[in-house]
Amino acid sequence: MPLLSVSDLRTHFHTRNGIVRAVDGVSFSVKRGEILGLVGESGSGKSVTCLSLLGLLPSPPAKIESGTATFDGQNLLGLTEAQLRKIRGRRISMIFQDPMTALNPYLTIGDQLSEPLRIHENTPRREALKRAADMLSSVGINEPDRRLRQYPHEFSGGMRQRVMIAMALITKPELLIADEPTTALDVTVQAQILDLIKSLQRELNLTVIFITHDLGVVANLCDRVVVLYAGRIAEEATAKELFHNPQHPYTRALQRSIPALQPKGQVLHTIPGLPPDLTKPLSGCAFAERCEFAADACRTGGAPALLAISPSHAHACQRAHAGEI
Amino acid sequence: MPAPILELRDVCTHFPLSGGLLHRLSNQVVKAVDGVSLQLRSGEVLGLVGESGCGKSTLARSILQLAPVTSGQVLLEGRRLDNASSAELTSARLRLQMVFQDPFASLNPRLTVYATLAEVLKVHQICATTDIPNRVAELLRLVGLPENLMGKYPHEFSGGQRQRIAIARALAPNPRVLIADEPVSALDVSIQAQIINLLSDLVKRLNLGLIFISHDLSVVKHISDRIAVMYLGKIVEEGPAISVIDSPIHPYTQALISAIPSHLTSDSNKRDRIRLAGDPPSPINPPTGCAFHPRCAFVQDRCKTQKPTPEPHADRQVSCLRHAEF
Repeated sequence: MPLLSVSDLRTHFHTRNGIVRAVDGVSFSVKRGEILGLVGESGSGKSVTCLSLLGLLPSPPAKIESGTATFDGQNLLGLTEAQLRKIRGRRISMIFQDPMTALNPYLTIGDQLSEPLRIHENTPRREALKRAADMLSSVGINEPDRRLRQYPHEFSGGMRQRVMIAMALITKPELLIADEPTTALDVTVQAQILDLIKSLQRELNLTVIFITHDLGVVANLCDRVVVLYAGRIAEEATAKELFHNPQHPYTRALQRSIPALQPKGQVLHTIPGLPPDLTKPLSGCAFAERCEFAADACRTGGAPALLAISPSHAHACQRAHAGEI
Repeated sequence: MPAPILELRDVCTHFPLSGGLLHRLSNQVVKAVDGVSLQLRSGEVLGLVGESGCGKSTLARSILQLAPVTSGQVLLEGRRLDNASSAELTSARLRLQMVFQDPFASLNPRLTVYATLAEVLKVHQICATTDIPNRVAELLRLVGLPENLMGKYPHEFSGGQRQRIAIARALAPNPRVLIADEPVSALDVSIQAQIINLLSDLVKRLNLGLIFISHDLSVVKHISDRIAVMYLGKIVEEGPAISVIDSPIHPYTQALISAIPSHLTSDSNKRDRIRLAGDPPSPINPPTGCAFHPRCAFVQDRCKTQKPTPEPHADRQVSCLRHAEF
C-alpha cells in the first residue's frame, strides 16, 4: 500500500482576474522508501500540489475544489487545522527552496532546530538541544555544539540548507517534501545535499517527494518521476524510462532543450510559445498549442487521460497512445 | 590572429574591510579579484564559471569600472579603462554593455519597452530623434520580439521576453562587447534555450565579443568558445570550451564538472565522482599557497606554501603546481 496517494487533486485560486486552475486533476502515489520527482516549469503546479497536501495555502484565494490525499489511511484534505498541525513537522516535513529566507534571523540555530521536538514531543530543552546537535552532525556540520549557539547569518547557503534538512528530519518524519532544495545552491554544494538526502533516505527508509525543474537532478536522485504541465500530469515513469524512452511530446521537447544533452554549437530546440493562461478554459490537451505533433483532435474535448503503457510508465498524449508519433 | 577587443592584464580588485565603531580601516582586504589576465576577441564567447563568491560578478563589474580596480589594466580596443576620465568612461561604456541576471529587477517597471529603449538612444544621442522609433523597432526585431509590443510595460511580459528586452537595451548603443552575468539562471529550461540561441546568434550576426558568466557548466559549454574557471578571485584554468569540459586538468575544474548531475547516468560515471567537502574558503583569509589546497584531492606539501601561477598546458593555461602530472 502506498504511503501517500493523491487522487484527482484540483486546487484553484480565486483571484480578481478569474479562477486560476493551478492544479487541475492530479493523481499520483508514493510508496514507502521511494524518491518521487515532481518536475515541471514555473507555474506547472508542482509547489501548489505539495502545499495543498499540507494545507499551507492561504484560503482565500486558494481553494481545494476536489480530490483526496490519503496518507497512511487518513485523508489529509479533510483534516482540521489542529489535526494537520499534529502531522506537519512530525510525520510529514517540508524543506523550502530558499534557505536564505526560511530561517528566522532572530533565533539561534539551536532554538530553531529544537523547536519541532519541543512542540511535537514535549522534549525538555536540554535533551532537545542534544538531539539537535546529533542531527547537525549527521547532516555533516562540524562542531555542532558551537554551531547551535550561532545565528543563521553565520552560516553559508549550503550550511543553511543542511540546517533546514536537519530541522525537517529531527522528528523522524515518514515523508519528506523537498521543494527545489538545491536551486539556490552551487553545483558542488548541490551534489553534497543530494548525496545527503539519498543517504538519509537509505538509512531512515524515508519517503521523499522531490520537487525540481532540473531534469539532471531527477536522473540522479529519483526512482520515479511525475512530469507536470499546466497543472496536469503529462507523463509518469521510472527515472530510467523517462530518460531513455520519453513518450509525451512535452517531455521530449524538454530534453531536447537541455544544453548538456545536445551536441555543442547546435541550435538548441526551443518550445515555441508560452504555457497556457490557466484562467482561460482549456479544451483538449494543455500542451497542444505548443506541440509540434498536435492534430485537431488534440485541441478538442476534455483533458486527455493519463493511460499506462506499461506498469511503470503512463502518459497523457493521445497521439502517442494511438501510435501516430 | 586579430588583436583582442578586450584585454585584462593582471587585474586585481581588493576591497578593504572596515570594522569597529569608527569604521577604522583594518589591515584585512577581501581579494575579490586577484590577478586576472584574459583576452576576448570579436565574435568570440568566453564563458566564466565558478561557485558563488568566487569573484565572477566582481570581475564583470571591474571590467565595466563599476568596481574599483586596485591594480592591473583593463583595455577595450587598446585603450585603458582603469585610469580613464569619467567622460572617456561614458563613451567607452557604450562599446561595453552588460546584461544582468534578473530581468524582473533590471527593467524599470514604470517605463514601457519603447521608453526603456528610447531613453538609451536619447541620452547617448545614438541616432537622430526622428529615427528613434525606427531604431527601437529594429532592436526589437533583432531580439525576436514583435514590434507591436513596444507600448507594453515589463510586467506584461514573461521572464524570457523580459530578458530579450534587457538584451535589446544592451544592444541599443551598438556595443562591441557584451557581458552577460548569469543571463539565463532565473529562467525555465525551455526559455533558457531560447535566450542561449539568441545570444549565440547575435554574437555571430553582430560580431560581438561576449563574456558569458554562469555557474551552469552545461550552458557555458554549449555557448562558449573558450572557458575560464575561477576560484577565489583567480583563474585556475582557461582554454577551449570542449577540452576544458571534456578533459579538465585543474583538480578544481575536475571536481566542478563531476558535480554536475549527469542526465544519462551510468554507474561507472558515478564511482569516479569527486566530491568537494565544505564550502569555498573566505577570500578574506585565503589559504596559503594554492587557494584550493584544503579541498583538493591531490594536495601535496608544497601546495600549502607555494603559490601556483598560470602555466601553459597543451591548449590552455592552468594554475596548478602538479598540472604536468594530470
